[in-house]
Amino acid sequence: MKKLIILACTALLAGCVTQKAAPDAAQPSPEQDRQSFVGYFQQRFPDVQLADYADGAYALPVNAAAREEWQTIEEFPPYELAIGEGESLWNTPFKNGKTYQDCFPYKLEDGIKQHYPQWSEERKMVLTLELALNECREANGEKPLGWKKGKIASLSAYVGYMSRGKVQNMPAPNSSGALAAYAAGRQHYYAKRGQLNMSCADCHVYNSGMRVRSEVLSPSLGHTTHFPVYRSKWGEMGTLHRRFGGCNEQVRAKAFKPQGAEYRNLEYFLAYMNNGMAINSPGARK
Amino acid sequence: MNRRSFLQNAFRTGALASLVTAGLALPKQVWAAWNQKAFKSKSYTDAVGELYGNNALADSDNIILKAPDIAENGAVVPITVESELPNIESISILVEANPSPLAAEFKLAPGMRGYASTRLKMGKTSNVHAVVKADGKLYKATKEVKVTIGGCGG
Amino acid sequence: MANQIRIRAKATGNVVEVKALINHPMDTGQAKDKSGNLIPEYFIQTVEAKVNGQTMMNAQWSVAVSKNPYLAFQYNGKKGDTVDLVCVDNKGETYEGSVKVR
Repeated sequence: MKKLIILACTALLAGCVTQKAAPDAAQPSPEQDRQSFVGYFQQRFPDVQLADYADGAYALPVNAAAREEWQTIEEFPPYELAIGEGESLWNTPFKNGKTYQDCFPYKLEDGIKQHYPQWSEERKMVLTLELALNECREANGEKPLGWKKGKIASLSAYVGYMSRGKVQNMPAPNSSGALAAYAAGRQHYYAKRGQLNMSCADCHVYNSGMRVRSEVLSPSLGHTTHFPVYRSKWGEMGTLHRRFGGCNEQVRAKAFKPQGAEYRNLEYFLAYMNNGMAINSPGARK
Repeated sequence: MNRRSFLQNAFRTGALASLVTAGLALPKQVWAAWNQKAFKSKSYTDAVGELYGNNALADSDNIILKAPDIAENGAVVPITVESELPNIESISILVEANPSPLAAEFKLAPGMRGYASTRLKMGKTSNVHAVVKADGKLYKATKEVKVTIGGCGG
Repeated sequence: MANQIRIRAKATGNVVEVKALINHPMDTGQAKDKSGNLIPEYFIQTVEAKVNGQTMMNAQWSVAVSKNPYLAFQYNGKKGDTVDLVCVDNKGETYEGSVKVR
């Protein structure tokens, strides 16, 4: 499986060097990518079911003791306070009388989070849930919220919580724009960066289940299903792009802007790798 | 996943109460003032002495101290103390290696079960002691909880 | 999220388990802010639990209780009981919550 990913990566990078955005016969399709991604993890962790990957590192057999401790905390998880704040934010109309629900074409009770991220053909960009929430505010005369924590994380936690169990069913990227965004996200994921010269894949694919000092590295499969996350380390909720920035910094690379093109494309790629999994938001982690 | 749907239902039926308005007029009882001396004691035996007037502790099999072997994060360590010793008046939890070992004390009226659960901060690997005052005597159970540094250097 | 307690209380047979999560920073007084100044201690010191108006538990906490503190206790009771929690921090602020046992 590792060979397939390296092959895919090489083909992709070759494509990038020649500035080609259109798919060609040599490159695997996103769906083929996804299948080999899932296949890789199934081979690496034969006892872990696909749905369990929503629990991240706690799904891995090596982490059985940590899983028990995590479940103890999940009995009354610290993110409940954020869900409460998110609920009251969601239900409070803007000064002009409109509400967040008015901005979304999906009803909260049917789940909203499973529809994001999504490719917008009209706007030629990836839309994420947090982006949609802040654009909703601005469209209704309210100031946008910070991207990484606080109210945006609480809102995202509430929407995510109300979408729990809903299966993500992203259409496969197939327009040239969508494929380019997907390719950019995938490139970020597999590219080495930072003073430590490591890629996301180094930790979360090739060394998933191994330890970095005392931490067990979580597998990428399932990552986007359980954000935003209450990290004990942060002592609060944080969004997916907050964590992307943190991870970039941990390999001593400069973080990109939250909700900028780089991270939205990365989110798009990662979410597609999880396609077919259920939303398990928000999460609690160490 | 039962746990998830339980949470979801609890939220949806509004069974969770949150803030109570001032109109509920709960009398604000002032019990014994916060036990400064016990909480500031630097050794766990001193803290027990300040709390209970003596520190003669007997080990007991009738105290179940549930704590992780290795804490996921020293800032949030889930600890549960359960005991069926008769006539329990108080359960306290002390983290020996913390700057001030006494973390929490629960005074229990008759009719309360011998059970207390919370989440504590631990500065480093330490013995955690659960002390139970039952029938006027003090009993304890101890467990070592390892606290590691995070691995990502972040 | 000021002054917020979430409480759940469930009866199984005659055992009622009460769990609560309180929104509070529980600052130890040891941590520093971005400018290097110590953030003063700010933590819940006392927790009182009443069942049907009667005080059943009084807890005292130190700064070693985690941020957004969690608490669970059990008593012999039944569905329909009213459980009230009153928490007071070192600044004298109170946090109150109430729930009916399910």
